[in-house]
Amino acid sequence: MDTKELTGAEITIRCLQEEAVDFIFGYPGGAVLFIYDELFKQDKVKHILVRHEQAAVHAADGYARSGNKAGVALVTSGPGVTNAITGIATAYMDSIPMVIISGQVPTPAIGLDAFQEVDTVGITRPCVKHNFLVKDITELATTIKKAFYICATGRPGPVLVDIPKDVSQEKTKFTYPSNVVMRSYNPTSKGHPGQLKKAMQLILGSKRPMIYTGGGVILSNAAAQLTSLVQMLNFPCTNTLMGLGGYPATDKQFVGMLGMHGTYEANMAMQQCDVLIAIGARFDDRVIGNPKHFFNKDRKIIHIDIDPSSISKRVKVDVPIVGNVSHVLIELIKLLETSKEKTNQTALKSWWKQINQWRERDCLKYDRKSPIIKPQMVVEKLYKITKGNAFITSDVGQHQMWAAQFYKFDKPRRWINSGGLGTMGFGLPAAMGVQFANPKGVVACITGEASIQMCIQELSTCKQYNLPLKIINLNNRYMGMVRQWQEFFHGNRYAESYVDALPNFVKLAESYGHVGMKIEQPSDIESALKEAFGLKNRLVFMDFITDQTENVFPMVPGGKGLSEMILV
Amino acid sequence: MENEAGALSRVAGLFSARGYNIESLTVAPTEDSTLSRMTLVTVGSDDVVEQITKQLNKLIDVVKIIDLSDGDHIECELMLVKVRAIGKDRKEIKSTADIFHGRIVDVTDKSYTIELTGTGSKLDAFLETMERKSILETVRTGASGIGRGERILKI
Ligand SMILES: Cc1ncc(C[n+]2csc(CCOP(=O)(O)OP(=O)(O)O)c2C)c(N)n1
Repeated sequence: MDTKELTGAEITIRCLQEEAVDFIFGYPGGAVLFIYDELFKQDKVKHILVRHEQAAVHAADGYARSGNKAGVALVTSGPGVTNAITGIATAYMDSIPMVIISGQVPTPAIGLDAFQEVDTVGITRPCVKHNFLVKDITELATTIKKAFYICATGRPGPVLVDIPKDVSQEKTKFTYPSNVVMRSYNPTSKGHPGQLKKAMQLILGSKRPMIYTGGGVILSNAAAQLTSLVQMLNFPCTNTLMGLGGYPATDKQFVGMLGMHGTYEANMAMQQCDVLIAIGARFDDRVIGNPKHFFNKDRKIIHIDIDPSSISKRVKVDVPIVGNVSHVLIELIKLLETSKEKTNQTALKSWWKQINQWRERDCLKYDRKSPIIKPQMVVEKLYKITKGNAFITSDVGQHQMWAAQFYKFDKPRRWINSGGLGTMGFGLPAAMGVQFANPKGVVACITGEASIQMCIQELSTCKQYNLPLKIINLNNRYMGMVRQWQEFFHGNRYAESYVDALPNFVKLAESYGHVGMKIEQPSDIESALKEAFGLKNRLVFMDFITDQTENVFPMVPGGKGLSEMILV
Repeated sequence: MENEAGALSRVAGLFSARGYNIESLTVAPTEDSTLSRMTLVTVGSDDVVEQITKQLNKLIDVVKIIDLSDGDHIECELMLVKVRAIGKDRKEIKSTADIFHGRIVDVTDKSYTIELTGTGSKLDAFLETMERKSILETVRTGASGIGRGERILKI
């Protein structure tokens, strides 16, 4: 035979090179040793060694979200895979394109309860877009090609490729397919012209319109199209937690985030609009609350989404448009531009008047004179110091909501958080991935003292790769969001929500080789942030001692409707 | 759907994960050995059935779905029933089986094994005519379905 045969491990790496993968986040182990050996022999694909497989997947996820390119993670069989599950489920819930390569025990050992064997395909099935077990080396290259194709097309999501150790060792000829054809997978991208016309009619006839957009706008890179649409129509626009940055938050047509902790004006407008244009959003329970309360017989809904199963799942819609958000918006804008009919300016004027009245409620106000640090103020100052240009990752809890409410995202892919699964521990490893995707970017992780401890070991990874992240720890000594629910709904019984025996975060950061700062006075917030962001090449862990009693407002209690908010 | 390892478990997993109900499920390869054909019987409101269809369509291994109950279709199930058959009962059972176009496929001096095909309700009706205590064992395949006439599901 003339062409050289390659091992499965070599093929795996060659495929990654073909896909122009620059970073792969992983952790070695027995089942992937041949693959690691091949990684060692080349330098195109740089491996980033994390300290826990969950972090490898979150890092690949942060890389994908901020860099607009599939993330790649590599883990070993058994515990390597089970550790990765939280990361995979996180990416799945937020539709993040990602390829996870896992090692598996050798094919003859599968099913025999071999050392470090788990049914990876079985365990991950419900939290991946698709997965493969490669039993035949001749199918390896095509399978990896399929994985990259599937993960990034249609509604994106993680795809796992499980490679048994013997397959990584066997040899075959290598050719990387230039494209894949799958008769069972042909995601639609263009919206139906008839439906688009119907949508246009509704838009032109509306008196109280509202544009509600989600993560789909970010994922399909449609922020520019969305901005044109919103501005040409002069309609109000709200973003979901996943959709922040899809429309510039500093623009006057932006009414803030909606949902459980959305603004008064956004939630009221959602409830009272007569035409709702939902774009790349899925009427999630944290966004519209109880669908029965959300229902309004005078409201017509247009829903643009790539995933047909998102349409009419929780809320019945009048004009569904299945397609890639970006393509559909381009078509819609064209239609509107050429239409002779115009929107109803008088009606729009009084609608804006109403919205501005709601705005006057100033629902995000907080005590700016407090002698104890208010977490909201930290985020506001962070916004100021970074001039709104930072990449912000977050963990899960009150701090996440304050970050979303008070950091004004004008650009997409700057706000990186676990919206669907709500995974504590996401923030720090995701920030690492963000920094790898944006080596020159300023990256900050807004976290809480409980969340940060779920992946704190990654401070070591940050040291190894000199990642100059800024960690903003809003330390209220409580699992604040849990405490808030206990205060509101469980008679102030703070069962197990006090975060006791906290480490000294300054020393902890220092022992990992970083800079630690503790900030206790509101008057020190700004200068401390300036100092920290001035240390351009260092990771700075900023421990802000904040008000323990602060709550996130507005709040729509679970099971209630959007207009039934608890306000300050 | 693709005749791939794990395809069936993806379908079954989807139903349990989303709380849908599987009444019955049959699956086997078709004349094209890369494809399997599955007939799945489920119950739900129109909205639920619509969601089930959309969710199934999202599975990468699923090539095409039709809701047979949207139009004319043929539904057929196979059942094997073993019944106690002694003395004068033997004749009676035989004639009941004949009425239902059943075939006796195995005989001992105490029992008959009857093979029956047809719709689920026909098989139910047959079981109802048998005395409960005379039924020793039943095994049913679940329904397989196909559209009538020109209604064809083909890739
Ligand atoms: C892995 C995981 N476990 C549990 C939860 C439930 N949970 C949601 S918020 C929260 C408290 C978070 O506390 P902290 O990180 O200190 O943030 P804070 O709410 O105080 O800002 C908990 C336990 C979760 N989201 N993720």
